[in-house]
Amino acid sequence: MGIVDGRIVMPPLPEGRVLPVVTAPAAVLSTPCVDVDPCDPGVVQLAADLLATQRVSPGCVGLAANQVGVGWRVFSLDVTAHPKARITHGEYVLVNAVVESASRNEKSREGCMSVPDFTGDVKRASRLVVRGLLPGTGEEVVIETDAFEARALQHELDHLAGFLFLDRVVGPHAVFPRQTYL
Amino acid sequence: MSHSLAVTVLGHDRPGIIAEVTGVLAELGGNLEDSSMTLLRGHFAWTLVVAADADPSEIEARLAHLVAEGLVVSVLPVPDADSSSTSGSPWLLTVHGADRPGIVSGLTGVVAAAGGNITDLTTRLGTGLYLLVAEAALPTGTDVEALQARIAEAAAELGVHATLQPADVDEL
Repeated sequence: MGIVDGRIVMPPLPEGRVLPVVTAPAAVLSTPCVDVDPCDPGVVQLAADLLATQRVSPGCVGLAANQVGVGWRVFSLDVTAHPKARITHGEYVLVNAVVESASRNEKSREGCMSVPDFTGDVKRASRLVVRGLLPGTGEEVVIETDAFEARALQHELDHLAGFLFLDRVVGPHAVFPRQTYL
Repeated sequence: MSHSLAVTVLGHDRPGIIAEVTGVLAELGGNLEDSSMTLLRGHFAWTLVVAADADPSEIEARLAHLVAEGLVVSVLPVPDADSSSTSGSPWLLTVHGADRPGIVSGLTGVVAAAGGNITDLTTRLGTGLYLLVAEAALPTGTDVEALQARIAEAAAELGVHATLQPADVDEL
């Protein structure tokens, strides 16, 4: 269990429900989430719900619990198919995750389902170590990653700390109206 | 009925201009929408769009003290624009090189000829170095390689270096 051949092996989860995604300025997005028991049945169900919601959302590679209105330190992630990803750990959910180390900042433009009107340039570490617990078993995993998975992890962990990418933009001229693609 | 007004304030910079202008607009019931401010060679330069019931002349009168100190203030009605009207894919044009006339018109002219629309622009003059950074929305189906070649050609004629790269967004 844990990490096998570089992939996180998730414990069995119940069937997930697709939940509506909350958008700013909802208060839950600007409120720090709280640590929870990874083996609590409600946490396990939330893990399944986050994955189900993420899977049906086009372009979505990660989802924090407060993006579906729940103030718990739980998020889902899957950057496997993303062209900017290098190291990837598959599709997973982490509980009570923290950054152990972060280095080599790189700037990139981010968009977020919870901020549909804007995009923004954000600097984030491109080398990252994150420690967290798997839902259902509470097993601890340590993820060493880089590039796009590192960026996505920091974006989700920021959500759980009550921050949007808008809180991290590199300057006043680094926020853009989202363009419509016709 | 509320209408859109474009307020422009230009001139000698000092602390407090933004607070004073927005204070007047708030007192008149104006609702600030988009705005962009920077310093252009040390000059305060701000344009903002505000939704207000007030008459433009009434706002100008309340800002007359700024005009008296040498700032240029204008308040003009503008038609409501469709904020989602920008279409196409976003690209970033960067140009730098020795300063000379015609850099901006030469390069943006190539983008315009391809149907590209500049949506954001900064130009700066350093010590002999001219810099242009622009966001452009290119129409769907644009032959980007051909456009990049035309941009390189125009840049070479002007003796500057130009790059057109995707301003792609990481959806997270």
